[in-house]
Amino acid sequence: MSRELTMLQAIQEALDLKLADDERVVLLGEDIGVNGGVFRATDGLLAKYGEKRVIDTPLAESGIIGTAIGMALNGMVPVAEIQFLAFIFPGLEQLLSHAARMRHRTRGQFGVPMVIRTPYGAGIRGPELHSESVEAFFAHTPGLKVVVPSSPYDAKGLLISAIEDPDPVVFLEPTRIYRAFREEVPGGLYRVPLGQAKVVREGEDLSIFAWGSMLRTALRAAEQIEQERGWRCEVIDLRTLYPLDRETIITSVQKTGRALVVHEAHKTAGLGAEIISLINDEALLYLRAPVKRIAGFDVPVPMFSVEDDYLPTEARIRQGIEETILF
Amino acid sequence: MSIPFEHLQWMYETMVKIRTYEERLVEAYAEGKYPVFNIGAGPVPGEMHLAAGQEPAAVGICVHLKPEDTVTAPHRPHHHAIAKGVDLRRMTAEIYGKATGLGKGKGGHMHLFDPATKFSCGGIIAAGMPHAAGAALASKMRGKDWVAVAFIGEGAANQGAFHETLNLAALWKLPLVVVIEDNRYGISVPKALSTAVERNDARAAAYGIPGYYVADNDVLEMYRVSREAVERARRGEGPSLIEIETYRYLGHFQGDPEVYRAKEEVPGLREKDPIRRLREHLLAQGVAEQDMAAWEARAKAAVDEAFAFARDSEYPAPEAALEDVFAASEV
Ligand SMILES: Cc1ncc(C[n+]2csc(CCOP(=O)(O)OP(=O)(O)O)c2C)c(N)n1
Ligand SMILES: [Mg+2]
Repeated sequence: MSRELTMLQAIQEALDLKLADDERVVLLGEDIGVNGGVFRATDGLLAKYGEKRVIDTPLAESGIIGTAIGMALNGMVPVAEIQFLAFIFPGLEQLLSHAARMRHRTRGQFGVPMVIRTPYGAGIRGPELHSESVEAFFAHTPGLKVVVPSSPYDAKGLLISAIEDPDPVVFLEPTRIYRAFREEVPGGLYRVPLGQAKVVREGEDLSIFAWGSMLRTALRAAEQIEQERGWRCEVIDLRTLYPLDRETIITSVQKTGRALVVHEAHKTAGLGAEIISLINDEALLYLRAPVKRIAGFDVPVPMFSVEDDYLPTEARIRQGIEETILF
Repeated sequence: MSIPFEHLQWMYETMVKIRTYEERLVEAYAEGKYPVFNIGAGPVPGEMHLAAGQEPAAVGICVHLKPEDTVTAPHRPHHHAIAKGVDLRRMTAEIYGKATGLGKGKGGHMHLFDPATKFSCGGIIAAGMPHAAGAALASKMRGKDWVAVAFIGEGAANQGAFHETLNLAALWKLPLVVVIEDNRYGISVPKALSTAVERNDARAAAYGIPGYYVADNDVLEMYRVSREAVERARRGEGPSLIEIETYRYLGHFQGDPEVYRAKEEVPGLREKDPIRRLREHLLAQGVAEQDMAAWEARAKAAVDEAFAFARDSEYPAPEAALEDVFAASEV
């Protein structure tokens, strides 16, 4: 069976299938039950699985993440929803100091098989703290895996893999493309493995690395530049930000000799820096130009009247491509 | 306890102003967003949390405050801001994202900051509480009699920050009043599903401070208990906690399909409307209809003027997005 779904529907389906497939799986979070989540990602699941499997929690992120850890240590597989990424901040202590470290701290005796799902990124005219992309915090923390889907198909397959993963996974869902487009998504369980990037568009002249909603912006820029200039950019969706798919990144740069990283997160100490460092380590002598970052600015994501000036645009990416190729 | 006439008048006029304001925003917010709800469209994009019905919580305590007193408010902040005396024109311009707004149009409706009235608010639940305690501590250390009032929703009373703040405010005898607006829900989750006690005033006992409960959105009762709490804080005798049972007439946010409550709920609440009840009280006290009509007209005129100002103002320049990260920012 195969139909066209939005990313939100694909996520809902992954949760539904894992609830049915594995009785250890439990969903918890604010407004995920009766309301079906503020974005409706858990719509209908309370009615289907009951309040022991789909739990509306008090408004307490530290409590949500902390109790998820306790459940995970005791035979359950919690999938916690944090309503918006920035609302994870009151719970960071539990996530960074405990979920991430438990396996190492207990010298491998305990693992924390849990997933934290949360809407991520800007572009929906949200106010401050509703548009964060702080993936670098998590990628920087040993013990956490970090996943960002950019399509409905991947969202479903990656979320299933994340739920089945023995370690904590931060699953970042780009709100801008939650409902932006549909694509064919097979019914039933299938997996997209964590830690594998995907070459979404092949090219020989420059490699663009992106993820989440920036993937589509980067793709459009690549198409435009091919029409305008005839340059063919390879576009790679990293999909998992920790662990990075080093091989796919390096293979592409060895082929094209030029690279550009696009992310909506602030530029300073964003993941772009890590990717450039990896390229330096593994492919420096293949480079024909410095690797650029097209990123958000080093300011809190501003509100609607200036949001579009904050986010990387096709025009900014095209300019980055030109500067790199004409270097 | 008798209530001075000018306090009654002020509370009535301010409640009317708040209600008019929120209802005007319902319309302004809806512009351009339908037929298929698009949160990013129209002159006021983004989320919008309105407080129609919750006026007593704000006016019943702010009537006792001075400009030097601090107020922190949550994500549903208009009634508090108006009651604290924040400039309505600049507040509205902020909501419209205009450069003339309180935050240069870069904050929006949940981020209203006004040094003149020591008002602030923010979108992170319970985050304002410790800030209010800090303001109270600063007031105490600087030898002032200024108090701080932290408004939160009943959902916020389950955050760690709530309990941490109450403990240290009680420990240090801070001039702080915490007002919990129990409007029944945190978004969709009813209080009984989120809160281990039926009434949050019970939690005051855990910190050894006075706890008050105001039933049925009663503005006169809110006035009375708030006076006690604010006076106690001003005398340096420490914090208090007030929970008021209040009513949210509109959705959690505009566009909320409200699947979590029965359709009859809101009409039932509106029957007990606090503005009408105060109006009846004033009539019974012998206040003339035409006097009240004049106050109502003044409130509406202020709202009209604020919206006109906001609509006529300019958007910030794109470069403004880069400013104000640090003092003398030059990114
Ligand atoms: C730390 C944090 N978690 C979650 C949210 C999302 N959120 C916004 S309002 C709200 C409900 C708040 O309920 P309550 O405190 O009762 O205030 P009310 O909306 O009823 O005025 C939630 C969960 C948030 N803003 N901040
Ligand atoms: Mg509430």
